[in-house]
Amino acid sequence: MAKRIDANDLNVYYGKFLAVEGVNINIEPRSVTAFIGPSGCGKTTFLRTLNRMHEVLPGAHVKGKVLLDGDDIYGPGVDPVTVRSQVGMVFQRPNPFPTMSIKENVLAGFKLNGKRLSKSDADAIVEKSLRGANLWNEVKDRLDKPGSGLSGGQQQRLCIARTIAVEPSVILMDEPCSALDPISTLAVEDLINELKNEYTVVIVTHNMQQAARVSDKTAFFNIAGTGKPGKLIEYAETSTIFNNPVEQATEDYVSGRFG
Amino acid sequence: MTTVTAPSPLTAGEKGRAGDKFFSGLTFAAGALILVVLLFVTLFLVVNAYPALVASPAELTGESFFSYVWPLVLGTLLAAGLALLFATPVAIGVALFISHVAPRKLAKPVGYVIDLLAAIPSVVYGAWGMLFLAPLLVPIYDWLHTYLGWIPLFGDPSATGRTILTASIVLAVMVLPIITALSREIFVQTPKLHEEAALALGATRWEMIKMAVLPFARPGVISAIMLGLGRALGETMAVALVLSSGALGWNLLSEGNNTIPAEIAANFPEASGLRYNELIAAGLALFVITLVVNLAARWIVNRHKEFSGAN
Repeated sequence: MAKRIDANDLNVYYGKFLAVEGVNINIEPRSVTAFIGPSGCGKTTFLRTLNRMHEVLPGAHVKGKVLLDGDDIYGPGVDPVTVRSQVGMVFQRPNPFPTMSIKENVLAGFKLNGKRLSKSDADAIVEKSLRGANLWNEVKDRLDKPGSGLSGGQQQRLCIARTIAVEPSVILMDEPCSALDPISTLAVEDLINELKNEYTVVIVTHNMQQAARVSDKTAFFNIAGTGKPGKLIEYAETSTIFNNPVEQATEDYVSGRFG
Repeated sequence: MTTVTAPSPLTAGEKGRAGDKFFSGLTFAAGALILVVLLFVTLFLVVNAYPALVASPAELTGESFFSYVWPLVLGTLLAAGLALLFATPVAIGVALFISHVAPRKLAKPVGYVIDLLAAIPSVVYGAWGMLFLAPLLVPIYDWLHTYLGWIPLFGDPSATGRTILTASIVLAVMVLPIITALSREIFVQTPKLHEEAALALGATRWEMIKMAVLPFARPGVISAIMLGLGRALGETMAVALVLSSGALGWNLLSEGNNTIPAEIAANFPEASGLRYNELIAAGLALFVITLVVNLAARWIVNRHKEFSGAN
């Protein structure tokens, strides 16, 4: 079940350092939203606050609210572990567990729920998830081989299969294609287009063509200078951001005049 | 007219090549030196052990060399095995605490203290085990015998506490810093990528450790345990001081049992003639045990090579 995300006046801090300031954004369910902007502008930091992954760094905290279908994920008593099982994440570099087979990788998140799976149920989940990640035909004959033996693009799709196996509401992607060649990138982009039928997808990308190809809406982040907090400058339909943005900074960035 | 052929600009400068050769020669020499030392030790053991191996039974301590050495071999394995049984869970727990649980302010000092344990000489451990730990354990042994006495391991308890179990506990304390320090080094090397992958799937900290840290660290932790085992097998002073030795037996709570290093240390100064050869042969047996154990460990590590993450 895809859910909507609303961030209200969100400030992100690393210790005392304000990294991202005053983000207000409403992300519709069953859509692809792209975050673009120059390096260090806080788009990845903001993405990681959407499933509380930024808390991995000691001292990281937020002020403001992030609502997942109206429920504050920073509310009192909310367990980040529960948040992360609802909001999945795909990382910049493919990171299948090297000690697990392809099949075990897909089931890794599922087993965390502590559910006992019959072999036929497990096989069904593996097939469904791998088909969902457009990987089934390539790996169906070697499910017991290590996941690290696949190509980079296949590994990244394996990571996507692992993420969708737990049936999250939202999938966050942090530059999922930056370590992939163009053909693998295309495969992942095709997949993103299919994923939005069932999930809310948020993707950080440095590749503006990619943002234009895959996303429905685009958010442009920028930073005034080193040591200043990153800010959400403009958020609109992707075609608007790329063709006639309101802000001059957005115009400069998407037309390649800086960044 | 002389023609001077200018060197091709692509040929390497003599200087750089010489440095490379020097470096590779140096590393080769270091590697070869280890093998040479090992070879000489092996030769020494075999040559000196040989007379005891072929001597007629009448001249030996036991009925044959084998009947003399096998209780010692079992005693050695028993003491070292028990020591690892006690030390490994604690060591892995402490290492995980330092690497993944403790706040940074606490992790450093705890790490230093553990490292300090490794620097204490074994004779101090021996004295501590004999004078402090053994009397302390006597009531515990009594309790074990009273309530678990139906298990053959917990027979009539010793009055002094200087038993194989006490020796194993002292050995466990001695190998603890080795296993802890190495395991910690391996745990902190777990790629952040894999830890975050587990967390992003909704893993708790313990689940993340089970899913990403422990499988990644498995070969390294096995190596760490093997180094600890090496120390436990070869430890002489602590065992010689703590254990009041005797014949091999099941009862861990009474005097008895002995280990090869302690046997050698206790008898070597007065040994002469064939007795000397016999003790050296016992040392050879220990050498073989260590070799076999290490090969077994390598085999365990390599069995899962495909899944090691090295590819």
